[in-house]
Amino acid sequence: MLSRTAESLFWMARYIERAEATARLVEMGRRMAMLPGAYGQEEWRSVVAAAGAGAAFYPGERIGEAEVCRSLILEENNPSSIRACLDRARNNARAVRTALTAEMWEGLNDGWRWLGGVEAGTIQPDLPATLERIRSLSALFRGAAQTTMLRGERYDFLSAGAFIERADMTLRLLDVKYFVLLPETGLVLDSRDRYRWISLLQATSAVRAFHYVYRGDFSPSKIAHFMILNRDFPCSLAFCYSGLRAALGRLADRYGARHDCHATVEKAVGQLRDREMDDIFDEGLHEFLLEAIHLNGRLSGELSRAYHF
Amino acid sequence: MFDEMTGDGTGLRAPYNDIAAWIEASGLDTLRRHTAEAEAVFRRIGITFAVYGEGGDPERLIPFDLIPRVFAAAEWRRLERGIRQRALALNAFLQDIYHRGEILRAGIVPERLVYRNPAFEPAMVGVDPPGRVYSHVVGIDIVRTGEQEFQVLEDNCRTPSGVSYMLENRECMMRTCPELFRSGNVEPVDVYPEELRRTLEEVAPPACTGDPVIALLTPGPFNSAYYEHSFLADLMGIELVEPQDLFVDEGLCWMRTTQGPQRVDVLYRRIDDAFLDPLSFSPDSLLGVPGLFNAYRAGGVTLCSAPGTGIADDKEVYVYVPEMIRFYLGQEPILENVPTWRCSHDEERAYVLERLSELVVKEVHGSGGYGMLIGPHSTAEERAEFAEKIKLDPERYIAQPTLELSSSPSLAEAGIAGRHVDFRPYCLIGRTIRLVPGGLTRVALREGSLVVNSSQGGGVKDTWVLAD
Repeated sequence: MLSRTAESLFWMARYIERAEATARLVEMGRRMAMLPGAYGQEEWRSVVAAAGAGAAFYPGERIGEAEVCRSLILEENNPSSIRACLDRARNNARAVRTALTAEMWEGLNDGWRWLGGVEAGTIQPDLPATLERIRSLSALFRGAAQTTMLRGERYDFLSAGAFIERADMTLRLLDVKYFVLLPETGLVLDSRDRYRWISLLQATSAVRAFHYVYRGDFSPSKIAHFMILNRDFPCSLAFCYSGLRAALGRLADRYGARHDCHATVEKAVGQLRDREMDDIFDEGLHEFLLEAIHLNGRLSGELSRAYHF
Repeated sequence: MFDEMTGDGTGLRAPYNDIAAWIEASGLDTLRRHTAEAEAVFRRIGITFAVYGEGGDPERLIPFDLIPRVFAAAEWRRLERGIRQRALALNAFLQDIYHRGEILRAGIVPERLVYRNPAFEPAMVGVDPPGRVYSHVVGIDIVRTGEQEFQVLEDNCRTPSGVSYMLENRECMMRTCPELFRSGNVEPVDVYPEELRRTLEEVAPPACTGDPVIALLTPGPFNSAYYEHSFLADLMGIELVEPQDLFVDEGLCWMRTTQGPQRVDVLYRRIDDAFLDPLSFSPDSLLGVPGLFNAYRAGGVTLCSAPGTGIADDKEVYVYVPEMIRFYLGQEPILENVPTWRCSHDEERAYVLERLSELVVKEVHGSGGYGMLIGPHSTAEERAEFAEKIKLDPERYIAQPTLELSSSPSLAEAGIAGRHVDFRPYCLIGRTIRLVPGGLTRVALREGSLVVNSSQGGGVKDTWVLAD
C-alpha cells in the first residue's frame, strides 16, 4: 500500500474522532452552563482549552455559547473546529477514495455537505440537534468501516489513527480538568463538585457506563481510574492503547517487521496494566498526564516513521 | 437540422422506437423525478468535477440528461471502422515525426507545422515506445449533421477525460430506469476498465519481466478530473499515485509504500508533459518525478501516453489527418474532417475575415470551449475584436463553418425538446486496438446553444449502441 494512503487513512480517522470529541465537549459546556449558580464563562473557557482552541480567543475575551459555537463548530480558520476537522477528514478521504468503501465515503460526504450548509445564525437554537448529528456522523462512519471494510492493512491504519486520537482527547480533557479530581478538592463534597466530575463523564458520553461499573461512587479516584486504567471503557487510555497495540500487532504480522512503535505501545500497555490509581495520585496526576500526552505524540511519530509517511 | 429521434422532425427513426415509447409511457413528471434521483446519486457518490477560482461551489455536478442518445448497430459499425482508422493513423504520424519524418519529406505536412510547434517534444526524437504506441487512449470528438453525415471535430490524443461519465451514466440509467434495459438490446460498456487495463499491460517496458505493475498518475484531488482518476484506478484495481509517491532509482520507477519501495512498470498518467519530470521538461517546476523521462527512454517504465503526443491533436495538424490516413494506411478516410480554414494562410485568412459572421473561430491551442467566436451568435463588436486578434497573430487561429449539430431529445423546462449533441468514443491502442461500443454524449442544454463543454453549461447523456 502507498505510504500516502496509509497516512491519509490514519489522519482521516484522527480528524473524525476529533470532530466527535469536540461535539461532546461542547455538549458538556452547554449542560454545565445551565446548572444553577453556574459561572458560564469558566466552563466554556475550559471547553475551549480542552479542545485545544485556546489560541482562537484573545486573553480576557468573553467566551459564551455563541462564541464557542462559532469558533469550535463552524470556524474554518480554527484548526480544531468541527468544520475544519471534517474538511480535512474529507480531503484525506478524497485523496484515498479507492481505499474506502462506498458506505464510508458516502457517510462522510453526506455529513460534510450537511455541515457545510449550517449557518452561524441558526446554529444556536438547534444546538442539541446539531451536536447529535455530528456524533451520529462519526458513529455512522465507524459503523460503516466496521461492517464494510476488509480487515486488511487499511483497516489497521484507520484503527491506529482512531485510537491515538481518542487517547489524546481523553488525556487533554483530563489535563484541563485534573484539578477537579485532586483529592484535596474533594474533601468537602458539595454538589457543585459532583457536577464537575459528572461533566467529565458527560464529555465522554460515559455517565451510565460509569454508574454501571462503579455503582454511583462519584469519587475523583474512581473517575480517574475509569478514564485512565479501566480496560473496558472505550475512551480510557488503557482501552485505547490495547486497541492500538492490536492494530500495530496485525501490521507487524502482515509485514513481518516490528518497529519502535511496537515496543513503545507494548511498554505503555504493560505499565497501564500494572498501575494503581493511588500510585498515580501519589506521583502527581498532572505529571502523569503530561508524560502520557508526550508519549502519545511520540507514538504517532514512531508510527509514521515505521511506515514511511 | 437533423434530429436523432425524428430525423427531419416529423418521423420516428427506428433506433429510437423504445425510447419514444418509454417517454410516452412515463410522462414528464416521472422523467423529472428520475432525473432528480439520478442527480442525487451523482452528488452523493461525489461524481463532481472541480472548478476552482471562479467562486461558488468548487465541486460541481455535470448536469445529467435522462434521455439516452442511440446509435443503430449499422451506424456504429461505420463509426467504429472510422475511429480505429483514425487512431491508427495518428499513432503512425507520431512514430513518423519522431523518427524519419517521411510525411514531411513527402511534402504532405509542412515541416514548420511540426518542428516549430510548441507541442513537438525534441526529447522524444528517436525514442521507441513499447509497441510503437504513443497515444494509448484516443478520444475523437464526432458530430453529426445528417442521416449519413458524421464529421470529426477534433482529436484528443493526450489524456482525454470523460470516460467515467460514460460508465456512471449507464450505471445510473440502469439503476433509475431498469425497464429500459429489459429487452437486452443495449451493448454493455462496463468492460472498459478491463480493456484499458489489458491495453496498459500490453505496453509493459522491456525491463519488466513478470506481471506488470500499473499505476494511475494523478496531479491530486484538486485536479478537475480527480474523480475520474480515482474511479478508474479503483475499477482497474491499480494504485492511484501522485508525483510525490514516485521516485526513480537505477533507471527504474518506484512507488513509496508502507513496506518500502515497490516497482512500477506502466504509468497511465493523467498529468501534462510539463509536470512529468522537472529534469527533462520544465526545469523551473518543482512538480513531477525527477528522472522519470530518462527511465522511460531507457525502457524502465512506460508512460501512457508518451510525452510529445500533443502534437497529434494540434488544431492545425488536424487539417492533415485525412492525408495521414491516405499516406500511412493507403485507405480513404471513413470519417471526414470538418472543413477548416487556417488563418496562417493568406488566402484562407482573407476568406475567414470576410465571413466572420458565419464561421466558428477557434484558438489553435485552446480547449474547453474557451476563447472561441461563434459567428452567427456574435455581436458586431465581438467580430471586430476577433478580426483584430486574427490579424495580429494569424497562426493562433483556425475557422470552421458553423455546423448544424444534430439534436437529440432532452428534458427541458417546457418539456421534451431537441438539444444539440456531440459524441466522444474512447479508442484503446495497445498491441491490438479495442473500442467499447459507446462513449460520451455531451449535450448543450441551453436552447439553441452549440457549445457542449461542461465549462459552458453543457450536460451529458447515456449513449447506447444497439445490438444487431
